[in-house]
Amino acid sequence: MGRQQGFAIRVEGVEQDFGAFPALRDVTLDIQPGELVALLGPSGSGKTTLLRVIAGLNAPDRGHVYFDGEDATNLPVQDRRVGFVFQNYALFKHMTVADNIAYGLKVRPRRSRPSRSAIAARANELLRFVQLEGLGGRYPAQLSGGQRQRVALARALAIEPRVLLLDEPFGALDARVRKDLRRWLREVHKETGLTTVFVTHDQDEAMELADRVVVLNEGRIEQIGTPAQLYDQPASPFVISFVGEAVALPVTVAAGHVKFGDRELHIDTHGLRSGPARVFFRPADIAVSASGAGEIEGRVESLRRTPAGVRATIAIDGYDQTLEIDSPLENAAALGDRVPLSLAKARIFPTEESAYVDAGEGI
Amino acid sequence: MTSPNFAGRNARRFKAPSVIPGFGLTFGYTLLYLGLVVLLPLAALIWRSSGLGLSGLYDIATEPRVAAGLRTTFFISFCAALVDLFFGLIVAWVLTRYDFFGRRLLDAFVDLPFALPTAVAGISLAALYAPNGWFGEPLAAYGIKIAYTRWGILVALIFIGLPFVVRTVQPIVAELETELEEASATLGASRVQTVLRVLLPPLAPALLTGFALAFARSIGEYGSVIFIAGNIAYVSEIAPLLIVVKLEQYDIPGATGIATIMLAISFAALLAINLVQAFARKRFGHV
Repeated sequence: MGRQQGFAIRVEGVEQDFGAFPALRDVTLDIQPGELVALLGPSGSGKTTLLRVIAGLNAPDRGHVYFDGEDATNLPVQDRRVGFVFQNYALFKHMTVADNIAYGLKVRPRRSRPSRSAIAARANELLRFVQLEGLGGRYPAQLSGGQRQRVALARALAIEPRVLLLDEPFGALDARVRKDLRRWLREVHKETGLTTVFVTHDQDEAMELADRVVVLNEGRIEQIGTPAQLYDQPASPFVISFVGEAVALPVTVAAGHVKFGDRELHIDTHGLRSGPARVFFRPADIAVSASGAGEIEGRVESLRRTPAGVRATIAIDGYDQTLEIDSPLENAAALGDRVPLSLAKARIFPTEESAYVDAGEGI
Repeated sequence: MTSPNFAGRNARRFKAPSVIPGFGLTFGYTLLYLGLVVLLPLAALIWRSSGLGLSGLYDIATEPRVAAGLRTTFFISFCAALVDLFFGLIVAWVLTRYDFFGRRLLDAFVDLPFALPTAVAGISLAALYAPNGWFGEPLAAYGIKIAYTRWGILVALIFIGLPFVVRTVQPIVAELETELEEASATLGASRVQTVLRVLLPPLAPALLTGFALAFARSIGEYGSVIFIAGNIAYVSEIAPLLIVVKLEQYDIPGATGIATIMLAISFAALLAINLVQAFARKRFGHV
């Protein structure tokens, strides 16, 4: 394979099988220098495997990995200069925090190893950077989870890596610490300017942090895009349901018309074959129709007050799922009322999961 | 005098409060059984040999045949424990880290030296390494003689000491996450550096314990050694055998004298190992 210019990391046609189970299937991905990319997917989607392939901890069965345009597929992990932060931090428990951070420098061959004092200075500088100044003499067991996370990051940064890879960086932390660390990681990325890839199963985390998000499912990339693209132009039913909440209505498409039961939904079916399909929409995109004429009708099952108005649980006619719709106090429906509903925005995908056709937006 | 209050205050010095009561009872049993099973026989030994006096003990220890026997026992036990340390670590590593066909069976084999009557082990080893045995014959072709030499003692002691190292190290190896090696590798460390700097330090206390156990076991080993050692005076005669020889000659003070000397050296050696271990634990305390 030739040189691939312009990308910090390029993954090309990577496949990996674990026994009979394919963990990665034909994964191709480009990451720009300095980009912050999230690998998002449910457990077993192959996101960690992909990260490990990039790091060189897993050797792919097929395909190539390039760093800065150079084929690194067969480069041993020791020589890749990747900063890898493990999910459980993998700190060396018998070393102090400072020794942990300095480890990557101390193990360098004598020729390229900085002097003892330079190593100590660098460790101190990194301790300051991760806001753990003065804790260099402690052992990992004496630190909190969030502090260990920072030590792991400082240790990875010490070797001046060309890319920073993080496996579920906030997975083991409680909610409050997660939020702080999230903001902090964003700052670290801004300050270091390092190409950074992190794995997460938490879509909020991916959307909040990343410049671009790679959505993985069953070893395949479903979509690569900015958070806005994933929200507004989801490429598959999986993406729309995994990234944010979505409601799916079973419909049939016949000669350009979309039918939900015996009602017609006004959705553009451009490019869609006739047959069973599903209409996806966000809960926020459906509302009680002001005009009184709706595409869908439902019955109010229960009502609950919210700070801003009323949240109604509505059973849709001809469908076994209920919706929750917020409406302002003034035009709240009463319990048992039949209400017309209209869709502001929806996407339609054919039911056979294998044949995604991107249809236009509705109404 | 022994009001509940007083007793309570007194007991608190010994123990932290616990949800399981019974400190007094279990501590009493501990003392009683340690006393009956361990200390009483040792006390009897020292009492029997005390008639010799220090100069008497010195005379026994410097008796050339006894001195040679003690040297043989302690030196070869030490060597055997070193070999066990090395191979025991490898065996423990392989059995914990890798999953392969027959792993459980192999794991069970490790305990065989525990279970096998030592005399059986000794006779089998002697048969194998004898000049006409399966191993002995090809080795003899190269002029290497194992059975009925000091090497034979070494082989027997390695055999019986191995499980001690394997079984003490195994649980600690199981606790070492593979991520530690991977982290070390991503930071640029070579394989040797990873082993020496990341894997061995946390294993050191367990390795020392295994070494101490194998060493202690080897010092006291009798059954398996006498069949393969040849028991040539000044060359391949172990100290425990000398005790038996003295007993057979009704030289009870001589026998207890050797035993007391062995006890003293063993105790000193184990104490030293424990001190090293305490240091290691302090150094790598947060393992």
